Amino acid sequence: MTATTLQAEKVAQRHHVRRISDKTIQTAFILPTMVLLILWNIFPLFYSLYLSFTEYSVIAGAPPKWIGFENYRNILSSPLIWKYFALTGRFALLSVGLQTIIGFAMAMIVRAKFRGSGFITTLILIPMMLSPVVVGKFWAMIYNPTFGPLNYLLGMPPPRGPDWLANPQFALWAVVLVDVWMWSPFVMLLCLSGLKAIPEYLYEAAAIDRASAWFQFWRITLPQVAPLLMIAILFRTIEAFKQFDVVMGLTGGGPGDATELVAVNLYRIAFLGRFDTGIASAFAYIVLIIIISISNLYIRYLNQLRGEA
Amino acid sequence: MAKFEEVGPRSPITESTRVDLVHPRARLGVTIRAIVAIVIVAIMLFPVIWLSLTTIKTRPDSVAVPPKFIPYFPDGFLSDWCMVPQLNKDGTPKLDKEGQPVLKERPICFDVTLEGIVGLFFERRTLTPAQMKQYMDDPNLDWADRILLKRGLLITGPGEFVNRFRNSLIIAGTSTVLAVTFGLLAAYAFSRWDISGKKDFLFFILSTRMLPPVVVTIPIFLMYRQLGIYDTHIGMILLYTVFNLSLSVWLLKGFLDEIPREYEEAALVDGYSRLQAFRKVVLPQAATGIAATTVFCLIFAWNEYAFSLMLTSDIARTAPPSIASTQGAGGFEWAIIATASMLFLIPVVVITFALRQHLLRGVTFGAIRQ
Repeated sequence: MTATTLQAEKVAQRHHVRRISDKTIQTAFILPTMVLLILWNIFPLFYSLYLSFTEYSVIAGAPPKWIGFENYRNILSSPLIWKYFALTGRFALLSVGLQTIIGFAMAMIVRAKFRGSGFITTLILIPMMLSPVVVGKFWAMIYNPTFGPLNYLLGMPPPRGPDWLANPQFALWAVVLVDVWMWSPFVMLLCLSGLKAIPEYLYEAAAIDRASAWFQFWRITLPQVAPLLMIAILFRTIEAFKQFDVVMGLTGGGPGDATELVAVNLYRIAFLGRFDTGIASAFAYIVLIIIISISNLYIRYLNQLRGEA
Repeated sequence: MAKFEEVGPRSPITESTRVDLVHPRARLGVTIRAIVAIVIVAIMLFPVIWLSLTTIKTRPDSVAVPPKFIPYFPDGFLSDWCMVPQLNKDGTPKLDKEGQPVLKERPICFDVTLEGIVGLFFERRTLTPAQMKQYMDDPNLDWADRILLKRGLLITGPGEFVNRFRNSLIIAGTSTVLAVTFGLLAAYAFSRWDISGKKDFLFFILSTRMLPPVVVTIPIFLMYRQLGIYDTHIGMILLYTVFNLSLSVWLLKGFLDEIPREYEEAALVDGYSRLQAFRKVVLPQAATGIAATTVFCLIFAWNEYAFSLMLTSDIARTAPPSIASTQGAGGFEWAIIATASMLFLIPVVVITFALRQHLLRGVTFGAIRQ
């Protein structure tokens, strides 16, 4: 066989392969993702929507019984649930607020280039990559009132220091502190990328005009970082409403119900005690609507931002 | 810095030309920031450092009051400082029978032990003093046995954590491979073609990630019980694959968008088929992005807790829920919990460093690029 025929054959082969149209490839490429998402996300969502209108428990033998809006009525009229929503709101406000301030402050500090600043920034980022439940677990050890190092370092050796996790007054703050420890680096990371993008000439112009550092901060730094800071805040707010792992590792919702955030309570209704699947589904849907409203805000904001860029 | 005459006028200006930044006061500012940054790192990492110290403590030391901070290695770092010579009433050093000075450990120091690590991997049972003496003379003991024997414990078999860690590896590993493979295909289609409803579909994918896990878990729990895959590896692998698909599609789409279409078009003109172009042109270009995505999926699956808590009980249970629920006899065995946590965290810490260029993208689902 000569070289030319070989080549011709190769070309023929390529042409043969090319007969798979782009359309087919598109479908084949998207199909697996589509199928998985439909089976594991869309179907479950509709199924639990149905269950939310029924009286049903997975451990009881009886099939689901249609009761209309009864579950929703029960949940929305339950003072306990409102209390947990209020608690979650307070948790979100406290932890996201603190994360924003601390994260931004940290970004302002590590923004300066010095030897090893990249390494130090990465070290600060470590907490947010860790497993939240494991983090909760080892913070429980640090909070321990007898052998935990925290009270010791605060200058309150036992028996003077408070039992952070067993005292209803402090327990929520203890959870907030851990959440802030884990996620301030996230805010820092976003702020840093915002800070890096600020054009130098703005500061140069300000320096030439002898603008004070305070003025530079309010008129240049903050407005320029604001879009990314907003993203960080929205992201963290959504996560705060989902908060589950850290609480489970730290307090399990206790003491009493001092840290019973919505997601924890939802888990308790659905998978502990009576396994009230119907009520839990309805509750889940209410939480879902709240989170979707927040995420919608987030997505709209993100689109707007991208449209401008 | 080289002098102007040596380098010539065309060399790039690498130093800041801003006068306000080379001013001594600005330099001082940078120094202060560096110091503050180091203090921040110390505070941020204190919990992790404490955790790693606890892994090498004995059980009594791990719950000692006051807490012990400094590991004592015989003849090692700080060993002289930790051991304080005892004094007689008249101020002379106390000596024992052999004329050696009597030393006492400072309360802040603790003896280093591998108890926690051994305890993590083996099931153990308490021995009576008489049994302990009997076992002490047994020549067949290996080093692990001896470490626990000092505490009056006997190894009876491999611990449950061995299984948990294996499950974590299998489930996280397999689901990551699947999520990245499917994600890559979908991301390529979304990146290269205008598919109707593309935007909605992409945001739908993203929004699935924003649901609280419990919302999705209730119906999946029922579904799994119907299908008989509750508490199985396959059930968890599929769930984690879907859970990670949103991340992988979004991240990979971002990476693929950055590869110029012209490369493939050139390949297509040269007679490559679309699939060949994808394999031979796009894939090598996207290698870094694929690697970063893989690692992010791996971390998310590795760290996941809620699904595993609710959809497994024993056979397919991963490490996080069992770390969270570990309670030894007579209270928490903190050294063991710390070791388990540490073993769980170390890979993630290493990866964080490897990934630092892509971290921002990863934690914002590719919404923001550096």
